[in-house]
Amino acid sequence: MTDKAITSPTSPPPVASAGFGAWLRAPVPTSPFHARIQQFWLQWRRLRANASALFGLCVITILLIAALLAPLLATHNIFEQNLATRLLAPSAEHWLGTDELGRDVYSRLLFGARITLYIALLTTVIVAPIGLIVGTTAGYLGGWVDTVLMRIVDVFLAFPNLILALAFVAALGPGIQNAIIAISLASWPPIARLARAETLTIRKSDYIAAVRLQGASSLRIIFGHIMPMCIPSVVVRVTLNMAAIILTAAGLGFLGLGAQPPSPEWGTMLSSGREFVMTSWWIAAIPGTAILLASLAFNLLGDGLRDVLDPRHG
Amino acid sequence: MIAARPLIEAIGLSISFGPNHARNRVVDDVSFRIGKGEAYGLIGESGCGKSTILRALSGLNSDYQGALTLADRELPKKRGKDFYRRAQMVFQDPYGSLHPRKIVEKVLTEPLVIHGMDRVSERIAETLDAVGLGASFRYRYPHELSGGQRQRVAIARALIIEPEILLLDEPTSALDVSVQAEILNLLKRLRVERNLTYLMVSHDLAVIAHICERAGMMYKGRIIEELTSQQIRSSDAKEDYTKEFLQASVEAVARGPEVVA
Repeated sequence: MTDKAITSPTSPPPVASAGFGAWLRAPVPTSPFHARIQQFWLQWRRLRANASALFGLCVITILLIAALLAPLLATHNIFEQNLATRLLAPSAEHWLGTDELGRDVYSRLLFGARITLYIALLTTVIVAPIGLIVGTTAGYLGGWVDTVLMRIVDVFLAFPNLILALAFVAALGPGIQNAIIAISLASWPPIARLARAETLTIRKSDYIAAVRLQGASSLRIIFGHIMPMCIPSVVVRVTLNMAAIILTAAGLGFLGLGAQPPSPEWGTMLSSGREFVMTSWWIAAIPGTAILLASLAFNLLGDGLRDVLDPRHG
Repeated sequence: MIAARPLIEAIGLSISFGPNHARNRVVDDVSFRIGKGEAYGLIGESGCGKSTILRALSGLNSDYQGALTLADRELPKKRGKDFYRRAQMVFQDPYGSLHPRKIVEKVLTEPLVIHGMDRVSERIAETLDAVGLGASFRYRYPHELSGGQRQRVAIARALIIEPEILLLDEPTSALDVSVQAEILNLLKRLRVERNLTYLMVSHDLAVIAHICERAGMMYKGRIIEELTSQQIRSSDAKEDYTKEFLQASVEAVARGPEVVA
């Protein structure tokens, strides 16, 4: 036992042959890539210890798989109407029942996941960089740049999310693309605010003073030094936002301003099931549950990511 | 002792903070000269304006009156890249002065890229070596390092673009005593090896006496007296305040050489 303990650190062969696990846990990283992967590994281990975040991650993974493999997993054609089989309760033939036009709810739900994720991800891709750039620029430069940018943000924040999205969709016309633009317009300001607040706490720190004293330009400082510090909180905020985005998209669909009827968007499905709530609960309840689960999963994952990514935890 | 022409000169430097109606003069008509290769210290109690002078000289605070010159040229209020190439600063708190999301290599690469210097990888290895950190520290994050190691990285970051002047803002006060000694000896060795000029701010007489040849005693925003390190060691001062200050820290000075040896 003692013999082994003494010899093992001095003999390199077991370390070299232990493979990926040892590489991950090596005390001295040998390249920038190695250092980053080790950091990632530690964060993953912290996330793994958080049960609710893991649950959120699982649900999102299932959602992603369902969306990707929808054509393979679906049992029926989602546009095929069959009035003979309308309003059927869940059974072996139709796993989650059929809707008022005899379409299979399960298959429509799978294809609906595509639309929901498409809206959530595309909105995020639009919103996160805009919010980040506006917020960090305003926070770092300060002065009139800050005043102007923040007043614009205030104008957007003054309206409730859904009302603003409704107004834009009404102006642009209904449809998924327009819904995405409308939701993006309504949801970048909180991210800008968050990034600005974060920047204000960072800009006075010594490490920013140190890069300034190296002669770095404002552009380099904002993009190279301030943004990496803001990204974790923005990532958390964005995952938490996804739930709101899904709900706004569903709300627009429900009001008939988002995806249009034949498309299996969850909000649209929910709204068409409204008339049959008393007699055929599954038509509304199933897309409703899907919206609930997806929002919940994003929220839980966002919460877990906050614990892992917070820069104050090193 | 004083070189023929000073490398750094402050002439009538005054710095005030606060709004116009309640302006608070923190530094009041301060002048000093630092020759090339010299180490000059500023000592004084907390709040006497010594760090403020350093921040003005480094360019972090451009709101000052009077003139600061570098090699007989007055420095513009907004410093250019050429100034940063010649003068670098080491901060007091090694826990706050390194970007928490960047590995050591990245921290050291940045100044080289900004100043368009070649041999990036070799220079990093050389500088890490010079500050007594081995290659094993190259890919570490700051939170994996101790306070002393971080301060060495901060010194390496300042030195990597080969400046002539190092501005030191209480570089050891956030460290514990044994590590302080290591860092001070490192600074002393680097100064000889690289022919650096130091401007060091500290409230610790032992530190100043160990590193600097001359020091300005500051009190309420003024330099009331200049002393040589010999005068500090022998408590040989003219002003009453300086005598009091030296008396109060006389034990620290007396054991200074042993502590920092």
